[in-house]
Amino acid sequence: MNNISFSLCQGGILLLRGANGAGKSSLLRALAGLTPLATGDLSWNNLPALTDREAHAARIGWLGHQDAVKPALTPAEQVPEAGLALVGLEKFAHLPSRFLSAGQKRRLALARVAVAEKPLWLLDEPTTGLDSASIQQFLGLCEAQRWRGGMIIASTHTPIELPDTQVLTL
Amino acid sequence: MMGFIARELRLSIRHGAESIAALLFFVIAGTLFALGAGPDPLVLSRIAPGVVWVTALLAALLPLERLFGPDFEDGTLDLLLLSGWPAYAIATAKTIVHWLTTGLPLLIIAGPLAVMLRLPGEKLPLLLLTLLPGTLIFSLLGTLAAALATGARRGAILMPLITLPLMIPSLIFGTAAATSLHPAAPLYMLFAMLLAALPLAPLGTGLALRAAAE
Repeated sequence: MNNISFSLCQGGILLLRGANGAGKSSLLRALAGLTPLATGDLSWNNLPALTDREAHAARIGWLGHQDAVKPALTPAEQVPEAGLALVGLEKFAHLPSRFLSAGQKRRLALARVAVAEKPLWLLDEPTTGLDSASIQQFLGLCEAQRWRGGMIIASTHTPIELPDTQVLTL
Repeated sequence: MMGFIARELRLSIRHGAESIAALLFFVIAGTLFALGAGPDPLVLSRIAPGVVWVTALLAALLPLERLFGPDFEDGTLDLLLLSGWPAYAIATAKTIVHWLTTGLPLLIIAGPLAVMLRLPGEKLPLLLLTLLPGTLIFSLLGTLAAALATGARRGAILMPLITLPLMIPSLIFGTAAATSLHPAAPLYMLFAMLLAALPLAPLGTGLALRAAAE
């Protein structure tokens, strides 16, 4: 990836689009500080963001390509109960996560991001495996994040129907 | 961090097969040595410290593959590195969990195994004293090797090849301390190695985890 430049204000949402292998996930990992930037820099409030990786990490709500859900643990052991309520998983709170469907695991991963209330969400294909009702629930979470003044950068193949979003095509 | 250690312990208990397999391997391998060496108590008592040390070392390797492998595959490693904790702190927590679920049980079972191998009772405390830093070193260096092998193809083959050479010095000084008439010097060396590994191994493990995530 070359010549990528963008800025995001409080409440901003940036959607990353592009074909498979275009570098959407790599860009998200670089923004999180998981993968080093070959050149260029990343700023937060006009200060270098990646000089203190732990401090930068503390700003980020991360949803990767994988759900990071442990099958042997229950949802309540992985996400606070308030987070489960955000995605409608309260009734599965004490069921081992191996019994959850792929969509429910994705919702659990989204709940982990939402409940942490970090200022920047980096989401890699957040709607994968979600049904239409769950996508609406996800859009509500995005609106709440925006209302708090948080920012979202998400890679997605499917359209996300939120007003005032920027789109970066890779 | 205590919450993370508690969560990892809960996961280890629910995946208890790995720790139990390591303990069973320890007992069975020790018993095989006894059967192979024959019933002579003198021979058995002479080889007992070495047998206990070698089998404990090999048993400690068994759960290492699952220390970071599942976290790497299911995306948890990324979350851990973005948790805001330094990578060496995550490594330290994983080392503590490995020692509590593998090293400590090995230390507890080593006593009965050594007695079965006809180790004289008066030599048992010294053997256990050497195994205390020994198992801690196994966990520290084993965690480092597990992190180095994380994400590598055929990591399960790579891991013992990295770990075993790293553990040879502790094996030499540990068995020397357990069998020598003057155990102070090798025991000091063993503790010195532990003191060196305590800060260095988690730092190296943290760097290896960051490299694996890249």
